[in-house]
Amino acid sequence: MAQIHLEVVTPSGAVVSEGVDIVTAPGVGGEFGVLANHAPFLSTIKTGTLTFKKDKTIKYLMVSGGFAEVSSNKITFLVESAEFGQDIDVNRAMRAKERAERRLVQAQQATERVNRIRAEAALQRAMARLKVAEMTRH
Amino acid sequence: MPGLKDVKDKISGVKKTAQITKAMNMVASAKLRGAQQKMEAFRPYAGKFAEAMRDLSGGIDSGDLPLMEVRDVKTVEIVVVTSDRGLCGSFNAHIIKTAERLCRQYEAAGKKVSFVTVGKKGTQSLKKSGKLRLAFNDIMGSFQMFNAREISQNITEAFLNGDSDQVDIVYGRFYSVGVQKPEREDLLPIKSLSVDEGGTSSKGEVSGSYTYEPDPGEIMEVLLPLFLNVQVYHAMLEVGASEHAARMTAMDNATKACKDMIKDLTRLYNKARQAAVTGELMDIVGGAEALKG
Repeated sequence: MAQIHLEVVTPSGAVVSEGVDIVTAPGVGGEFGVLANHAPFLSTIKTGTLTFKKDKTIKYLMVSGGFAEVSSNKITFLVESAEFGQDIDVNRAMRAKERAERRLVQAQQATERVNRIRAEAALQRAMARLKVAEMTRH
Repeated sequence: MPGLKDVKDKISGVKKTAQITKAMNMVASAKLRGAQQKMEAFRPYAGKFAEAMRDLSGGIDSGDLPLMEVRDVKTVEIVVVTSDRGLCGSFNAHIIKTAERLCRQYEAAGKKVSFVTVGKKGTQSLKKSGKLRLAFNDIMGSFQMFNAREISQNITEAFLNGDSDQVDIVYGRFYSVGVQKPEREDLLPIKSLSVDEGGTSSKGEVSGSYTYEPDPGEIMEVLLPLFLNVQVYHAMLEVGASEHAARMTAMDNATKACKDMIKDLTRLYNKARQAAVTGELMDIVGGAEALKG
């Protein structure tokens, strides 16, 4: 099967750089899949799960905030963080989730818009981490 | 002439200091390697990011984006990035001085200035000015992207609220192990990234064939805050590397100074010992003469 080269780049270095069969990513306008020889394409990415398949093995990656670029049979993700399920500290993500939920309640009462947005983003990241960790285990 | 024991104590004291400065030099050089690796790892991300921004900014009306809005400047915010720890020569002092000079310039032009500091050294020095709005301390040791994000979110908020109309960043740029210089850069409003000449036409064609999702304007809205994170993170990386390089040099100088001191002190010690020996000999000779009677 024809492959597309996947690259996931974060500020602390490249996380993935290999040929894969299919990539599924959480775009802002909804989830999208990319196969080999896709047309040039640029989309922003929201916090969520990036899935890619290579030789029948499926891998999950938690990504947050960034964009993806497809050109000349190569897909590059520029994201602020990218973590494989096995590298995720579940306890820490749990704590982050609880903290974000508490903040969200507080922010709602005080109607602080900015704090609410931040807490929501933190909550999304924590939930995405937990989800990826969960999926990797199974 | 100082006593023999005093000089000996002094020598062993200076030797111990030299040991410490030598060790600090080695620690700094190891940490510098780490900081440089971190910079190296960041380069592809930053490069790709700038490229995408360039591609996108061509077809965008910058007036619509709040982060690119150029206003009449009444208040300037200066983000000062320094290290948390001292003992690195005049590195932090130079950055702070640059920030203060900038502040005076703006004030001379009738603008108000506020400071946001990253790193304890900057906080300590700029607290006295009474213009410190916010301080981020104790993060320079092992910072990550989310630290930079917190900072940039904060200054963005102030900019969007109208508390500041322009944001500058001052940090110590790493040129080489021997050279680090304070540098000033614009943060907000984000200037439209001018495409460098030469590559313009070919780049334009490529980006024209892209499918954007959502449209370029909305992508920009997401990308601009991220771009700000990149800039803040970059400044922090530069300061991280510069700090260790400056400390290496400072500690190397200190070790050399210690060695010089030890040399001088040893000379003094030998002199004092010789004086003592001569004195004793005189006593013995004098005693023998007396016995001969």
